[in-house]
Amino acid sequence: MTSVPAEPPLSGRAQSRPVSRGSTFDPIFSFLCGAAATLLLATLTGVMISLVIGGWPALAKFGVGFLTSTRWNPSPDIAGGEFYGGAGPILGTLITAFVALVLSLPIAIGVAVFLTEFCPRVLRRPIGIAVELLAGVPSIVYGMWGLFVFAPLFSQIVETPLAYWTPPPALGPGFADFWNNGVIGDLVPNGSGILAASIILAIMILPFMAATLRELFLTVPPKVRESAYGVGCTPLEVVMSVTLPYVQRSAIGAVMLGLGRALGETMAVTFIIGNAHNFPKGLFSGGSTIASTIANEFAEATTPLHTSALIALGLILFIITFAVLAIARTLLNAQRPA
Amino acid sequence: MAAMAGFGVLILIALLVLSAGVAGFGLLLRARKLANLGFVLFCVGGAVLALAALAAILGSLLANGFGGLNLAVFTQDTPAPGSPGGLRNAILGSIAMCVVGMLIAVVVGVLAGTWLAEYSPRTRWTAAYGSVVRFVNDVLLSAPSILVGLFIYEALILLVIHHFSGLAGAVALALLAVPVVTRTTEDVLRLQSKQLRESGAALGAPVWITIRAILWRAASGGMITGALLAFARISGETAPLLFTALNNQFNGLNWQIQDGFGLNGPTANIPVVIFNYALSAYDDWRRLAWVGALIIAIAVLGINILVRVLSAEPKRS
Repeated sequence: MTSVPAEPPLSGRAQSRPVSRGSTFDPIFSFLCGAAATLLLATLTGVMISLVIGGWPALAKFGVGFLTSTRWNPSPDIAGGEFYGGAGPILGTLITAFVALVLSLPIAIGVAVFLTEFCPRVLRRPIGIAVELLAGVPSIVYGMWGLFVFAPLFSQIVETPLAYWTPPPALGPGFADFWNNGVIGDLVPNGSGILAASIILAIMILPFMAATLRELFLTVPPKVRESAYGVGCTPLEVVMSVTLPYVQRSAIGAVMLGLGRALGETMAVTFIIGNAHNFPKGLFSGGSTIASTIANEFAEATTPLHTSALIALGLILFIITFAVLAIARTLLNAQRPA
Repeated sequence: MAAMAGFGVLILIALLVLSAGVAGFGLLLRARKLANLGFVLFCVGGAVLALAALAAILGSLLANGFGGLNLAVFTQDTPAPGSPGGLRNAILGSIAMCVVGMLIAVVVGVLAGTWLAEYSPRTRWTAAYGSVVRFVNDVLLSAPSILVGLFIYEALILLVIHHFSGLAGAVALALLAVPVVTRTTEDVLRLQSKQLRESGAALGAPVWITIRAILWRAASGGMITGALLAFARISGETAPLLFTALNNQFNGLNWQIQDGFGLNGPTANIPVVIFNYALSAYDDWRRLAWVGALIIAIAVLGINILVRVLSAEPKRS
């Protein structure tokens, strides 16, 4: 992104006589272009303002409780009346995105390194394109695949065996407690839950991060890498001490971009997370994310307060993703060739 | 068969963990060759796993969707459970919304990209404003689409239209496509040489004619690529349509302008139909959901491949 300083003045005013009638349109055209650019700014501001206004009734009514409570009760008829606490979905969003990142980041780095270092030249382009195609598959396809193909398999070969396994007493009561309350949670072996959703998310952001990291690795000058090989480094040492440090900042930016995607992803998660509003007890319990809650309930919200609570959740998602994306872009832009 | 594939993936993951362990062990022992061996195995295994994921997803799409692909899918509307039907209204609605969305997005995106590339570097103040806009555009590029849906619901449906509407869905899709078009337009315009701009000025052409007839023409390939990528992105978007365009059992499209060609009302579209049908309890609806997913995937992958073919050509010549 080079800024071109001292553009030659192109305006028709520089000429002694207007050759073309069209120059009267010049200011209008430049105004239109500027207006279009401003529209982008207005969109982001508009999103923020509309979320604040729409979510205000719920935020004002429940205050801090909206962030800390897990009670989500849209029905005025149940004891206690309508109450909305978003802690469950908020935590669910953070956990699924984080687990997805932990699962997919090492593999994404592996794929990117494979494509830049080890892959036979003939296969490099096809595999690179395949990874990019995987990044373009719409998220609803991931969601459907997760629901109909992945969930039954996950239930059959992971969840069911785990549900029947009791930790051997030799490991001590502490481990059994951790196992039952922290890992298994209230496991229902139907293939859905926090971990299942995280895995689908991981599959979804993997190609995206791999493709971005590969682009970054390719910006490392071959001379630098070759000189490292020249002094006898193994590929591992080249990646660890030359490639990764060289692209450090942008690589973190790329990872944050993947995290931003995972945080805001709706369809891939909604199908498979289990849609429970309470705190997830363990990785295998059902849960919900902000996006999945909005997707499930918004069109069928019963009361104005319900709608407002969902929009307030959207505001929280906006704040989280905006922060993550802003950091990501700052880091990525810092290393754009100036 | 599926279970065996599942076990295969489990074994592959176990191997990945093992090779990562070998690499870590090697690092610990300062055994350079051993550490490297584990690392190489891990990278290769990761690539195999990623390709296996692509194969698994495309494979199950074909296995479940291809059988249901027939003429009725394109000629009949979405059915009640148990009756024969297709996806005609959803396909038409999706195409209509994407086309309207892209029309808006191309106009706004090309103008905004042009401003960023051509007008913003002129003075210090516009350059500063330009970098703000560029940053905002980058954020919008990966902003959660469901938030855009909420925004359109709040700003357009509640305040202006007062009912669910395909037009609102199209505007939501446009908002998702604009950043892509803006970004690619700016990038390709910046690649054009200064001489091109000077040639316009030398002919005495006004700036906007220079931009329109020389720069846009020179950059058209890249701009078309950007528009196609944006189109691919929005054609599978579901979340922003859930509460803007909603869904419609019937084909509401018509040729009446005052009715927004039928978009001025809840409009059927493939992604939302997939969402509703996949979560339903009816087998025939689920089959249609698979067919819809296959159609969307073919469309999106097709556009992506088309983009690669188009953008590969200049390199060869």
